[in-house]
Amino acid sequence: MEKEVFLELENVSKKYGTINAVNNLSLKVFKNDIYGFLGPNGAGKSTSIRMILSLITPDSGKIKLFGKDLSVDRYTTLSRVGALVEKPDFYPYLTARKNLEILGKLSNVKNLDAKIDEVLDLVKLSSRQHSKVKTFSQGMRQRLGIAQSVLHDPDLIILDEPGNGLDPQGQKEMRMLIQKLNVERGITFVISSHILAEVEQLANRMIIINKGKSLVEGEVSELLEGSGILVTVEVSDPEKALLVASKFESAQDTELSENNSLRLRIPRERIPELLAEFERNAVKVYSVIPARSLEDYFISKIGNE
Amino acid sequence: MNKLVRIELYKIFTKPRTYIGFAAVFLIVVSIQLGFYFEGEEILDFVIQNLKDSFLFEGKLINVYTVSYIVLTSLWIHVPILIALVTGDLIAGEANSGTFRLILTRPVSRTKLLFAKFFAGWTYTYLVIILMILLSVGLGSILFGSGDLLILKGTLNIFEAEDALWRFGLAYSYGILSMTVVASLAFMLSAFAENSIGPIIGTFAIIIGITVISTLGFSMLRPIIPYLFTTYLPAWQLFFDYELDYVKISRAVFTDLAYIILFLSVTFYHFRKKDIVS
Repeated sequence: MEKEVFLELENVSKKYGTINAVNNLSLKVFKNDIYGFLGPNGAGKSTSIRMILSLITPDSGKIKLFGKDLSVDRYTTLSRVGALVEKPDFYPYLTARKNLEILGKLSNVKNLDAKIDEVLDLVKLSSRQHSKVKTFSQGMRQRLGIAQSVLHDPDLIILDEPGNGLDPQGQKEMRMLIQKLNVERGITFVISSHILAEVEQLANRMIIINKGKSLVEGEVSELLEGSGILVTVEVSDPEKALLVASKFESAQDTELSENNSLRLRIPRERIPELLAEFERNAVKVYSVIPARSLEDYFISKIGNE
Repeated sequence: MNKLVRIELYKIFTKPRTYIGFAAVFLIVVSIQLGFYFEGEEILDFVIQNLKDSFLFEGKLINVYTVSYIVLTSLWIHVPILIALVTGDLIAGEANSGTFRLILTRPVSRTKLLFAKFFAGWTYTYLVIILMILLSVGLGSILFGSGDLLILKGTLNIFEAEDALWRFGLAYSYGILSMTVVASLAFMLSAFAENSIGPIIGTFAIIIGITVISTLGFSMLRPIIPYLFTTYLPAWQLFFDYELDYVKISRAVFTDLAYIILFLSVTFYHFRKKDIVS
């Protein structure tokens, strides 16, 4: 059965003066995806997201949300979308709860008080609900941003740099929260980020864009492991291990690395055979560490541009 | 729509800057009244000393109406700034603080949002004028009591107390209309700006600039002066002529209405198409 398409961009373009911010961009996000939206700074990620949310009008192309044309059916489609675009800005002179109350009313949330309690609890801000937002740290504002994005039980949440301003613990909690909402509530996510590890750990599908154009789109696992994953193998005898690996048919790009290690690219399913080959040749293996594959992949794609 | 208006009113009246307007009106009106309360007779004696040779003045000349008229004359310069302070912030303030990213990604019509914002801004304008009325006429009645209104307006105009009251009512009503023009101008500039300073200063600069140029009376500009909204900002004074000039009053009212429609049309046209990039 074909998966339901929640978000579709068809040849969407946006120009600012002579600059093509977004150039014929097409993509598809399916129901239940966690979709990574990657690109270097200035690639056109934020402009694309703003067009999806009707903050910016595209010059050409079509945007469909839940199968409906956004330009025709903005009201019903946006009522099913939650978003956090760039910085989480709120009314600083109002409390966290009052901010959520305003946004909840704009989204016609039923049982608003109970819903606010629920989302504040979800992002662990219940104890600060009556504090004015101007007293919040960046991390707390980010969490409040997540809270407002789920307040109206959306089917699709678009997060632009959700890890911004969060410490490592906060970033981990954010990832767990996204996974939880995706699994337990079936919410589809589009996550734009320049923190590649964040996307690598979360996304099942992704797109990489640069200079407003799509470079590649697809399943994260297929894209990253198409030609094998990059691993660093710590061994007892690197020279001998290099010789063994060079003769191993599925290993590519084999080279010596620092600290008695060698690096090579190999299909994931062939790793046990390679380790067995090392053992047959009396090369002891102390560790096998996958390299930051998305980072390498990203740089290889962007670098070609 | 009601919901949007309530939200916008709530936002306006929880913002500290909103109360600057009310505080300023309070301070200015009460200061003028206290000044007249303690030294009013001396001031009035000085103003009418030449007239005393030709007229015999009887009764209480420092009264609620005379002081209210003086309050109106002096405050009409300040009120546009106070109005622009809030209405100039209505759209640009959201752009500057980034909150448009929150509210315009909700299922909210931009047109309805603008209507709600303008209505909330107009309510603020209305309340500022109401405060002026309450202080100048209400508090003035307590401090000075009633009496005839004495105005030096080219000629010496004297109105009995009963006659003065409805004139003040119409003058304040017209005041609300002319201040709505100022609010619309600030609102329009606000739609083009990304922070509130520009529209606030811009509104005042436009009013002062056009007024100064009009006052200089260059002959080449004379034909357009009747079509400028600033020409009609002091038109509330028309209600203090012995015989009301309905032609002049109608022209002032229609010019104000035309400018309100013009400014709002530009605002709506621009904002509905505006890319939110802040």
